[in-house]
Amino acid sequence: MSKIERQGLTRRALLARVVSTGALAVTGVGFIAAPDAAWALEVTTITEHQMATLLQMARDIYPHDKVGDQFYAVAVKGYDAEDKKALVEEGVAALDAAAQAAGHADYVSMGWEEDRVKILQAMEDAPFFQTVRGGLVTGLYNQKEVWPIFGYEGESFSKGGYIERGFNDINWL
Amino acid sequence: MVAKFELTDDSVVVVIGTGAGGGVLSNELAQKGVKVVALEAGGRYLPEDYINDEWESFGQLAWTDPRTTSGDWRVAKDFSGLPAWIVKAVGGTTTHWAGASIRFQEHEWKALTSYGPVDGANLLDWPIDAAEMAPWYEKAEAKLGVTRTGDRAGLPGNNNFKVFEKGARALGYKEVHTGRMAINSADYDDRMACQQTGFCFQGCKWGAKWSAAYTDIPRGEATGNLEVRDHAHVARILHDDSGKVTGVEYFDKDGNLQMQKARIVCVAGNSFESPRLLLNSASSMFPNGLANSSDQVGRNYMRHTTGSVYAVFDKPVRMWRGTTMAGIVQDEARHDPSRGFVGGYELETLSLGLPFMAAFLNPGGWGRSFTTALDSYETMAGMWIVGEDMPQATNRVTLSDVKDQWGLPVANVNFSDHPNDIAMRNHAYKQGQAIYEAVGATRTFPTPPYPSTHNLGTNRMSEKPEDGVVNKWGQTHDIANLFVSDGSQFTTGAAENPTLTIVALAIRQADHIASEMAAGSI
Repeated sequence: MSKIERQGLTRRALLARVVSTGALAVTGVGFIAAPDAAWALEVTTITEHQMATLLQMARDIYPHDKVGDQFYAVAVKGYDAEDKKALVEEGVAALDAAAQAAGHADYVSMGWEEDRVKILQAMEDAPFFQTVRGGLVTGLYNQKEVWPIFGYEGESFSKGGYIERGFNDINWL
Repeated sequence: MVAKFELTDDSVVVVIGTGAGGGVLSNELAQKGVKVVALEAGGRYLPEDYINDEWESFGQLAWTDPRTTSGDWRVAKDFSGLPAWIVKAVGGTTTHWAGASIRFQEHEWKALTSYGPVDGANLLDWPIDAAEMAPWYEKAEAKLGVTRTGDRAGLPGNNNFKVFEKGARALGYKEVHTGRMAINSADYDDRMACQQTGFCFQGCKWGAKWSAAYTDIPRGEATGNLEVRDHAHVARILHDDSGKVTGVEYFDKDGNLQMQKARIVCVAGNSFESPRLLLNSASSMFPNGLANSSDQVGRNYMRHTTGSVYAVFDKPVRMWRGTTMAGIVQDEARHDPSRGFVGGYELETLSLGLPFMAAFLNPGGWGRSFTTALDSYETMAGMWIVGEDMPQATNRVTLSDVKDQWGLPVANVNFSDHPNDIAMRNHAYKQGQAIYEAVGATRTFPTPPYPSTHNLGTNRMSEKPEDGVVNKWGQTHDIANLFVSDGSQFTTGAAENPTLTIVALAIRQADHIASEMAAGSI
């Protein structure tokens, strides 16, 4: 498969996903972006397909339905780098090979999370999976912008702590 | 006027480490007119420097120099290079500690006598007891300003405590309160009252929690008898042909090797670094390391039988608000072998911020089972288990093949649970989960131990020289002018958070060293 065709497949797959989730699109060569253009991620070293696969994989490893794709994109954007390229190529190829063996075009075009998770479970001891998962623990959850989605308030020192702001305000016990 | 001593001054006491043991010892000696050079591997940070952000603070304060791990504990798998969550800074882990300050129970000083021999455990009685320690505990509580001791009031309960307390009382527990905490409930000793800010583990930005960093260290320096050298990593302890220690070699902040002479050396680098230093100081006279004729240096490593229980509810708790560990159930701390194990455990409130919860709730976990737990972060409550674990000869610190930035072999920490530890942890998980279920938890999580903050026992205290490394004063059995001043001297771990006992032992040791020096016997 040529590079162009592979990108075409990626675009089709991603656009198909946009229909179902409204989450993501490939807008042009070198970018993946939200359909409303609220955010975009440029790739220069790895392919759009590889980045889109990483993004889907990140969502499948740590799925939070209320956390938008842009936060996952921030968490995996560091893989668009020379020293990560081989790891990503090999890892995404393995994911796609497993998807094809299960009768799908590739990993990102698999419709059901539980089918993708089965593929991840089969490779969870591999360095690629462990690297991506381990990186997400800080890459995703240490984004201050994500915290409010979970209700976490972060530091309170600048507001004088909670002594007058609800440290003991529980009212349902 | 901060003192400055010559490297060639062989009249000084050199203290290695400035935490609960070394920081307190340094100040107490300085107050008595003893000249002290304290060498601290880390840097100097004060409340205005502390960062209320978990990972950023970890990067600022934690000891992240290499260490290696082995054994069947899960930490060796999930955090193989990080067996401990302790601090490398002036003040040591007193910047990070939660503040829980409870005395050992009487029977815990005599674990072998109280529990009888336990297969596979290297139990021993301490050569001191509750009566001996009572006045020193009183001094320690006054120094730290421990709530619910003296005339100091308890802290108010936060949301996490209220959930914990209601569940505990529903189960019939009686000894339930907001803890004896070295966190001010009212202004005390030039430190302000707790502002319920959370982030107790990241250094208290109000200074409401006692830390040696901004109490004992500057007060010792103010006497003119204490010089603290930060970024000073001790490489080895030196001795003469008579077998007495004569000084230490250390790498200074510029990486240059220096030699500081000493009349007495006190080791207080925590239970990994202290035995590592003694082992790295091996010589032709002491081929197995200093003070190691018993072969006990590094052995009997204890870390408490820990674990956590988190639970989610159908309504918000916001457990991160307020004092992190101001909540305790003490009913299970008794020795009652009918539960299927010897010794006991405390349950204490605990919370982690979202970033650390993601790292520690179920290390390596992923998928919806994991993420739906975090989705409920706002409705979560949490507690920590701290119980007595069994000393085992094979749980030990040895020198690793890996070397640090100075070319010195690092500590390898080998640890496997004793069956008693596992039985106790499972009992505590069950009770902790029952506490939360009693107030309507919809899901509970028996969470595995984190990298250890309580590190104990690797230079243990013993009556007989063949059973341990130090005597009842923390003085090594082998070398009269070499002392151990941190938690590594613990004979057994008891069920209680160790800092108060480390501080009490350090105050007592300072008294002993000063009087022996005055008498000219060391």
